[in-house]
Amino acid sequence: MNIEQTDFYTQAILSIAALIGLMSFLMLGQSRLLRLIFVFALQGFLLTLTTSLAAHSLHNPHLYISAALTLILKVIFIPWMLRREVLHMNIHRDVQTLKNKTFIMLGGASLMVFSYYVLHPIVQTTAPVMLNALAVSLSVVLLGMLLMISHRQAVAHVVGFMSIENGLFFAAIVATKGMPMVVELGIAFDVLVAAVLFGIFFLHIRSSIDSLDVDLLNRLNEIEK
Amino acid sequence: MNWLIAILQGALFIILAPLLAGWLKYCKCHLQNRKAPSLLQPYRDLIKLSNKQPVVSDQASWLFITAPYLIFSATALAATVVPLVVVDLPTSASADVIVMVGFFAFARFFLALAGLDIGTAFGGMGSSREMTISSLAEPAMLMAIFTLTMTASTTNLSGAIAHVLNEGLVLRPSFVFALFALILVAVAETGRIPVDNPSTHLELTMIHEAMILEYSGRYLALIEWASQLKLMLYGVLIANIFFPWGISETLNPKDLGYGLLAILGKLALLAIFLAIAETLVAKMRLFRVQEYLSFAYLLGLLGMLSHIILEASR
Repeated sequence: MNIEQTDFYTQAILSIAALIGLMSFLMLGQSRLLRLIFVFALQGFLLTLTTSLAAHSLHNPHLYISAALTLILKVIFIPWMLRREVLHMNIHRDVQTLKNKTFIMLGGASLMVFSYYVLHPIVQTTAPVMLNALAVSLSVVLLGMLLMISHRQAVAHVVGFMSIENGLFFAAIVATKGMPMVVELGIAFDVLVAAVLFGIFFLHIRSSIDSLDVDLLNRLNEIEK
Repeated sequence: MNWLIAILQGALFIILAPLLAGWLKYCKCHLQNRKAPSLLQPYRDLIKLSNKQPVVSDQASWLFITAPYLIFSATALAATVVPLVVVDLPTSASADVIVMVGFFAFARFFLALAGLDIGTAFGGMGSSREMTISSLAEPAMLMAIFTLTMTASTTNLSGAIAHVLNEGLVLRPSFVFALFALILVAVAETGRIPVDNPSTHLELTMIHEAMILEYSGRYLALIEWASQLKLMLYGVLIANIFFPWGISETLNPKDLGYGLLAILGKLALLAIFLAIAETLVAKMRLFRVQEYLSFAYLLGLLGMLSHIILEASR
């Protein structure tokens, strides 16, 4: 089925899926923390757009509430909190050098291909838009994991974790045409609690090793040797 | 009749180019709290320069004097390929988009040679930088354009625009990527702010100005005019490929008038965006330019891939 024959909702979902995938790649290659947080906020905004689009075209008004929650939490509150943390720690000028940046980017690309490969047999029978949206969201999940592995700052780990959640949320919106309200409120609350918990973790890591660079946690071993 | 309109369209392109540059400067001055020169100032500059006696170094070869004419005519020929107010003209049917990129490469080749010809340090430096940047920008531009041509299944620019126009509003992921890639490439190729600063002669980081530092009089006027033409060409390319609505498909005067109004409006809007971007963004270090252009290439590649993966029939 060609894209010209699909309806406007499908086209918009496909475009947003492509942009969300791009945002994950941008996060993977980012070496400055403030820009990483900004790209994360952009991804959240795209997610808000998806949700409100689904609410509009599927006539599902409770999705607007979910969109508003996404906007408040993932576009405004969490980026603001992370940004304040970074500025407070005075690490926004540090350029975090990634080891093997090329390998990481290539790894990300192959993860994307892998997720297409994995999902291809599952959705043979459904519409092609499902295949694409699910493959993009699976690859957003995998790229978020790669982001957590490859970066060393704890802030980057949090952003990776949250972007995994973004991928799952996108898949849920597209696949189920809107989850029940209870589930969505639960997820939003979980994200909020996670954000607060991460704030406390930052405080503890910082007070024990004076930095948010998690590689320094290995140092205790080396002293004993 | 067709040929007449094609020639008129080309002439319109060449005549309007300084006006676009003037409008861009006007917007930029207002954004930066400066008093803007008149919109017609670029025309006055061109007239003033062409009345002056050119000074040519006695070290210069014939290449130095012929290069401005070659550059200007190659850019003007490229302008005739791009549909401005009407699609389906004989000039755009005889040459496709790859020829247009070829014209750009031709003009750039002679500009770089002219920069090297005099033998000053600045000229050679500018030429080397220009070649470095263009060797990275050209693949990115071709990637973005191939995305369009694969969608329309023709490399003919007016055919592709007509295809996009007739299809109506279709949101394509690949076009979003191609649009961003083409904007990034256009900024790099026309020497606008994050890559090169067009409004200075006195920086070690200049690229375009370094090559033409030795030119004066009518030669300088021709080169300036050609670079204004190139800016307008990229603007028209972006406006007409991705937002083709308003362009005329027939030759009757009413449609042509609407087409002219539409393209003027689109270019004015695009210039405002460019002025805002130039005011907000600082110039990049030269060694960061390759990162910028490889990002443009990545976007072009993603556009092509998403055309194949997301949009192709299965």
